[in-house]
Amino acid sequence: MANLNIDPATLTVMENALRQIVDEMDLALERAAFNPVMSQARDRANGIYHKTTGEVVAQGDTGLPIFVGVMQYAVQSALEAFPDLEEGDVVILNDPYCGGTHLMDVKLVRPFFYNGRRFACLANCGHWTDIGGNVPGGFGVRATEIIQEGVRIPPILLARNGVIREDILTLLFANMRVPEERRGDLQAQFAALNVGAERLRGLLDKYGDSEVERYMDELRERSETQMRAYIREIPDGIYRSEAFLDSDGIEPAPIRVALSVTVADDTLDFDFSGSSAPVKGPLNGTLSVTFAAVFVALKHIFPEVPINAGIFRPVRINVPEDTFLNAKYPRAVSGSSAEVSLRVVDAVFGCLGQAVPDRVPANSFGSVANFTISGYDPEQRKPYIMFRFSGGGYGGHASGDGLTNANSPIGASRTTPIEILEQQYPILFDYYRIRERSAGAGEWRGGFGSEWQIRLARGEAVSSVLGDRGRFPPTGLHGGGEALPTVVEYRRGGAPYRPEHTTKDEGVVLRDGDTARISMPGGGGFGNPFRRDPHKVLKDVTNGLITIEDANTQYGVVLTTDRDACRIDEAATRQARGGRVP
Amino acid sequence: MTYHIGVDIGGTFTDTICIDSENGEVRLSKVPSTPENQATGFLNGLSATAIALPDISWLVHGTTVGTNATLERNGAACGMITTRGFRDILELGRRERPQLFGLFGEFRPLIPRDRRVEVTGRLNAKGEVLEDLDEREVEEAIRTLQARGCESLLIGFLHSYANSSHEERAAAIAARLWHNPYVTTSSDILGEFREVERFGTAAVNAYIQPKIHRYVSRLRDSLRDAGVPRDLVIMQANGGIMSVDMACRRSVSTVLSGPAAGVIAASYISRLAGYRNVITCDMGGTSFDVGMIVNGEPIVTGDRDLDFGLPMRIPIIDIHTIGAGGGSIAHLNEAGILKVGPASAGAVPGPIAYGRGGERPTVTDANVMLGRLSSERLLAVSDAIDRDKIMKAFGDTIGAPLGLAPTQAATAVLRVINDAMAGAIRAVSLQRGLDPREFAIFAFGGAGPLHGVALARELGVPTVIVPYVPGITCALGCIVADVRHDFTQTVSRAVDDLAEEDLAAILARHRKAGEEILHHDQVPIERTEVLHFADMQYEGQTYTVRVQLDPAALNVAALRDRLAKAYQERFGITLTQYRPKLTNLRTTVVGIRPSLDLKRIVAATQKPGSFDEAVIGHRDVWFDESWVNTPIYDRAKLPTGTRLSGPAIFNQMDTTTVVEPNTEIVVDDFGNLIIKVN
Repeated sequence: MANLNIDPATLTVMENALRQIVDEMDLALERAAFNPVMSQARDRANGIYHKTTGEVVAQGDTGLPIFVGVMQYAVQSALEAFPDLEEGDVVILNDPYCGGTHLMDVKLVRPFFYNGRRFACLANCGHWTDIGGNVPGGFGVRATEIIQEGVRIPPILLARNGVIREDILTLLFANMRVPEERRGDLQAQFAALNVGAERLRGLLDKYGDSEVERYMDELRERSETQMRAYIREIPDGIYRSEAFLDSDGIEPAPIRVALSVTVADDTLDFDFSGSSAPVKGPLNGTLSVTFAAVFVALKHIFPEVPINAGIFRPVRINVPEDTFLNAKYPRAVSGSSAEVSLRVVDAVFGCLGQAVPDRVPANSFGSVANFTISGYDPEQRKPYIMFRFSGGGYGGHASGDGLTNANSPIGASRTTPIEILEQQYPILFDYYRIRERSAGAGEWRGGFGSEWQIRLARGEAVSSVLGDRGRFPPTGLHGGGEALPTVVEYRRGGAPYRPEHTTKDEGVVLRDGDTARISMPGGGGFGNPFRRDPHKVLKDVTNGLITIEDANTQYGVVLTTDRDACRIDEAATRQARGGRVP
Repeated sequence: MTYHIGVDIGGTFTDTICIDSENGEVRLSKVPSTPENQATGFLNGLSATAIALPDISWLVHGTTVGTNATLERNGAACGMITTRGFRDILELGRRERPQLFGLFGEFRPLIPRDRRVEVTGRLNAKGEVLEDLDEREVEEAIRTLQARGCESLLIGFLHSYANSSHEERAAAIAARLWHNPYVTTSSDILGEFREVERFGTAAVNAYIQPKIHRYVSRLRDSLRDAGVPRDLVIMQANGGIMSVDMACRRSVSTVLSGPAAGVIAASYISRLAGYRNVITCDMGGTSFDVGMIVNGEPIVTGDRDLDFGLPMRIPIIDIHTIGAGGGSIAHLNEAGILKVGPASAGAVPGPIAYGRGGERPTVTDANVMLGRLSSERLLAVSDAIDRDKIMKAFGDTIGAPLGLAPTQAATAVLRVINDAMAGAIRAVSLQRGLDPREFAIFAFGGAGPLHGVALARELGVPTVIVPYVPGITCALGCIVADVRHDFTQTVSRAVDDLAEEDLAAILARHRKAGEEILHHDQVPIERTEVLHFADMQYEGQTYTVRVQLDPAALNVAALRDRLAKAYQERFGITLTQYRPKLTNLRTTVVGIRPSLDLKRIVAATQKPGSFDEAVIGHRDVWFDESWVNTPIYDRAKLPTGTRLSGPAIFNQMDTTTVVEPNTEIVVDDFGNLIIKVN
């Protein structure tokens, strides 16, 4: 398999160098960004792409997973619109139907020139906390057309010959909330492209452009070979699964993801035929999101494969145009990137979990519960938009329990500290804690969800939430139990209020002292709970994560208490488990 | 005779350096570490130097007891009292997973859930009391935690950086009721906002405090019994030293102190040699540590995680570690791409060359194959090396599948490992806007001098410094370190709204606290130096940039200016339309120690002889695609002032230095090899 014109050491050096360039771009973007979603939650990604095909050449180690898959489609749209990009040009876009996610994810694409020739494209994507539209933060759950969701930017030239076209920014920012912050975020994205161009130039100075190009081609071939080798490990066959979203926020009907995966030798074929039709509300997916979610799921199953265009080649994905996973203009899509995508990941896991059970965990919590509260702070005398994702449990897996309060499988976001949120916004947290009893039981149980409640400290505010798993909780695998569903509850003037669509609402008006609570699901359990080590069950009880009754009913472990101490009743446990104590 | 002694306990070896401060005589010892009780290795190392213990006048120690206890999760049974509603902060963390891809892994908090108890009492972000602390609940919590077998207690309340009175009140109650002195408050460890990081850092302190206390007390007693007249002094991760009493209170400061000592020694030696901008490269058997010294000062960070979910936010010397060392194993991945490390053969079975059963080719083996290390004998082994076995391993596992001869395969392995290390250097320098070509490389550790010149060539670095005793640099760092204490206060206000006198008051408070500790420590110092820093950002941002402050010019315009300049330098962007904000004020109080005359060490240890006598042989070494007959020198016999050209190999007790062709070498007055790379 060795290509004689390829020096093995140089190949490794090149692979590391390209990835390092993107890592530095990611870091620059994170450090210079203004909004915490980009800087703290790392809702951003950078990459290097092929000069004409737009295929991904290299991604960083910390780029947001779902963007990693989406970005090459965005670059391709930019190149399609402007095939003759020149040095100093920068394309901006956020159009969901042209390689996008939801409108808040704004992409910049910059051709990179070396010795007067276009060598590659550099691009990045960052989540802006507002993009205009009906609802601050962009998650309008009543939106039925994209026009209501915010400003749609098809690929346009933001900079020409190194000069930013300020009139475009004036127009854009005139239609967004908190425009100064938007400008700062945009500058951070430019800064990251600057860093990338400088580093890439350094690499080309050292090795020469044709040499680097040759190695980039070789790396793509190698990734393809590696991906095919992994696919060959999966037993041939047709695997089917389905997964459901609660509703679209408008109609009560559940939304179905239907997937059939055909494994044949070293190729994988994903077919989403039979999935629900496009929906009225914002729970549509776009083609690029569906594609990206499939690759994120594959990468979680085979984390060793480096990301470049090579891994896409042995994979075919069919998403019929009459399904909600391939929505067209003017369908609303704000729930695409963090909710629809997660259900696509579940469906992929559902199929491949049958084929390679050791590599696939049970369902994760599967929703980030996009929560927004906005208003005018009378004390700081300025408007604000606070945005918060939430974490939940991962599913149990063949070698252990799921993580508690992990970030979403399609994301890499970290939570913003309470001490920062309480300082920046007129809110107080009543609690932020592990949600007890939220994990699915199993030989390896799921991780636990988180749970928090905030209280408006002053002024009046409006809140929206766009989540999922209110009706379809994470399921277990191989006999494991299901987790608790998401709960969203407001208290206004002391009276509880739960959204009709459980996890989706907007325009919820809050006054001083009113509260909002989000309780997140845990992960599904893996394997029969009666096979779980009783000492692990006891430990969960002493830690207050499950009750003594749960131990008995879910795990068949009988515990007796003697003042503060709790111990296993071996005989009763054996009996409860039908003599099958491991 | 008065001896100054530095002891560095690493994972494999305990290094001791002993310098007679009157005549400069140096004794070194390297003995196996004793992980089950580090004190044993410590005392073994001391007796191996064969000095009279009553003649010890200064004894500094860097310990890994705290680091190991945390990483291996065998610290104290620890309880936490915290704000109602927030007992899970340590376990919820920042909502992460251990790796970006693959939904596996686990996290074990240092303090389990049944030992975290909530009490009533709430502050807001300004430090105002929204709800009084319920002292009765604190008493009850203390009793509960005692009943659950806790040895150590952490008190951490929300917003205690802004107002520490609730934590102090609870600590006062604990002082009365807790059964030992192991009580930590989060604001005492770190006066900084971000609850996960503050509680997390303080939790490390509470978790290791009893262990550190027992360890240093026992050591102190053993030393006293052995007749050592002076008290022990302990190394910190910020590169300073502290008294044993401080180490027992702020035990978290000992974590990661070993590598920090190496950077301190590097900065000391290179400053004397005339280099103020230095990249330190410490390469051992399993890892490669990079540090940076800018304008004579090591870069300090407050932004490290000790492990997944374990933040450490006290200021520590910024060291970037990758899994690259002599023991790193070479292999091909599924795509047929050559990879070296991060897996290491360690000390057992070790590289094939060690003859202890190692079968897989390592970096050390590649160095042997290419003549860079002697194939007659290695430091770590006594038997002759089986060169054929190494050649076969390279041929079979690397060469054949890649279509390379064994020599080419070994060359490729060195290139890949050197590139990984160069990548780490680029990452730490370029991220700060620093160009490695404007720095010198300071190569130390067992394998650093083997690779230092190759790294310099890869990066375009013009100078490599190999110190007189590279293998024992960390122990030397213990001796030359100053006393150092850091203080932080979160301010978190727009620069425009600041009152200059408030800032001055905070800095004055820091200074006073630092000077009091210096006084209490009773470690002999020559003078005191006080440095002030500010963490700043533009309003709305979450990351901060650190700038040094001139306390004489502490005004709004100066602060605004410093931030703008920092942004232009690091990111090439101007954000002056935004409101600058001051996040934290920081102070470092340094007690400068009397300096050590390194020249006398050289004079006392050099073997007499001429340049010709220093040449102990020649061997063929593979440089740039061909075998080059290369002279081998006994480094201890090289007179200072010697000038020669590469290629050259220098042998000494604790390491081998390999210098590529097309280089000029000078042995300077301090015994360093100063290598100019053309």
